Amino acid sequence: MRVTEQLLQQDLSHIALSVNSKTAADVEVALAAESKTIDDFMALVSPAATQYLEEMAAQSQQLTRHRFGNTMNLFVPLYLSNLCANECTYCGFTMSNKIKRTTLTVEETQNEINAIKAMGFDHVLLVTGEHETKVGIRYFEDILRAIRHQISYLMMEVQPLKENDYRKLKDLGLDSVLVYQETYSPQHYAKYHQRGKKQDFLWRLETTDRIGRAGIDKIGIGALLGLGDWRVDSVMTALHGQLLQQAYWRSRVSISFPRLRRCEGGAGQQHYAIPDERQLLQLICAHRLFNPQAELSLSTRESARFRDGALSLGVTSMSAASQTQPGGYSEPSEALSQFDIDDNRSVNEVIKSIAAQGLDAVWKDWMPFAY
Amino acid sequence: MLRLANHHFSSRLLTGTGKFNSATTMRDAIHAAGSDLVTLAMKRVITATQSDDTLTHLKKLGVTLLPNTSGAKTAEEAVFAAELAFEATGSQWIKLEIHPDQRYLLPDPIETLKAAEILVKKGFYVLPYCGADPVLCKRLEEAGCAAVMPLGAPIGSNKGLQTKPFIRIIVEQANVPVIVDAGIGRPSDAMAAMELGVDAVLVNTAIATARNPVAMAEAFACAVKTGRKAFEAGLGKSHYIGAATSPLTSFLES
Repeated sequence: MRVTEQLLQQDLSHIALSVNSKTAADVEVALAAESKTIDDFMALVSPAATQYLEEMAAQSQQLTRHRFGNTMNLFVPLYLSNLCANECTYCGFTMSNKIKRTTLTVEETQNEINAIKAMGFDHVLLVTGEHETKVGIRYFEDILRAIRHQISYLMMEVQPLKENDYRKLKDLGLDSVLVYQETYSPQHYAKYHQRGKKQDFLWRLETTDRIGRAGIDKIGIGALLGLGDWRVDSVMTALHGQLLQQAYWRSRVSISFPRLRRCEGGAGQQHYAIPDERQLLQLICAHRLFNPQAELSLSTRESARFRDGALSLGVTSMSAASQTQPGGYSEPSEALSQFDIDDNRSVNEVIKSIAAQGLDAVWKDWMPFAY
Repeated sequence: MLRLANHHFSSRLLTGTGKFNSATTMRDAIHAAGSDLVTLAMKRVITATQSDDTLTHLKKLGVTLLPNTSGAKTAEEAVFAAELAFEATGSQWIKLEIHPDQRYLLPDPIETLKAAEILVKKGFYVLPYCGADPVLCKRLEEAGCAAVMPLGAPIGSNKGLQTKPFIRIIVEQANVPVIVDAGIGRPSDAMAAMELGVDAVLVNTAIATARNPVAMAEAFACAVKTGRKAFEAGLGKSHYIGAATSPLTSFLES
């Protein structure tokens, strides 16, 4: 458990203290450093860095263009199931929530793929709730066998799996796994996750090691901003990404910044501040400055206005025209969605915005090797 | 004239198709560069339909396509990508890129040599992207590669000719053309590489991410031509000290 052990060694209260004691001078040192350390990252997400946002954005934009070119990768989430055997206080899929539950059959999934392909997408993120028995490895294998050859890049955001299951799915063409720790604080984690397997903080934290050992191309990480102190969770996310790059050097790392949102049945009860848009931008730029090679992803959780403004300042991939209820692309169903999305624009509108920022939208950036 | 595998190319500046803000900017920049050998990533090519903008523009420009295997992490994947490229474009040319390292995208010498051996046997003209390792370059040459493409600095870094002493050895020893690939950030870097006697350079990031890619492509074209001319003209030797005006050995003449 190479990465997990190093994450567990971190002292979160010490990190909180370090971040909050950073001064303007620390931020200036961080901005001047050619390559940034985790200590620099703490300065860049600290309250002291707020007044340096313009300079951070300029550096972030320049690094991103240099590494990734004048392009923006597009992907779309495909919700396969909203069944869930966990009780999580912030999520619309939470098991006690009386919503219509559904899991797409292979045929229904095919309809969704057809609808998604018609929109132009070629990179797809499969999403489910977490229901080991009904939506487990067998189901994922069936879905991959049916659809893998029709798309160029296949990502998955489902419950943590065993290493051997990741290997099986990799053999069927799985390219990327996203697994968000939600919060890196075991105490906060226990508070929000009240029933089900997701209560097991360690099993979840160890997931990226299992994905790395299975040789998956891209590992997606992130914290749900607002569950704990977002600055501390972000320092841990940045460190997590760096440790993964060291340990699993053949895999890419992708980072997301989901902010806690209102959802059906969810009490929206957070005990910590959710970063505002200015702070979110600060965070995106801090990640870019710290890790020039990481892919940074921005979803439709954010508003069109924010996405348009921020998209050229560090982000490398975006979703568009997302539906967060199973079956939503081919026939809008009554099954409830995981959360409300904010940017409801059509794909064409989003592409126009990307072009207006001087970037070329990229639909396809991978080839499925031998599938 | 650049000669590769018995084919002649008028330009010694190879360019790429990635990182541009639109397919039309890419087209105009390649035109301005005067390149007639242009690389494109197979992972970006849309093979299912005929609507691939990049491919359409390149065909209109009449350049020779040099598909690359970017994204491949093993020899097996690179061979697969090369075959896909042949099916999609009919190109026997292949720029072999295998970089499992996801941070600096440094080429894997072991997988590259393995894939080169297989692809040469399959009849491809193989141009391998590799580290500036003179022994590896000899091994790739022995494997039958049409050229070697050592890096000047990490790909996309614009750091210039950081590997200069090794490029010099590679040029001295090579029996196939040497093309410096990766790292060239400024026209002066390209010129310096050409003055060393390399046969060509490949430039993508420095052109595609310039504020004015078309003007930058022209600047690189001029630099490559000038550097080549200087190499062919025979550069004077440079010394740390001036030559003594009263030679120390003149007493022998008296």
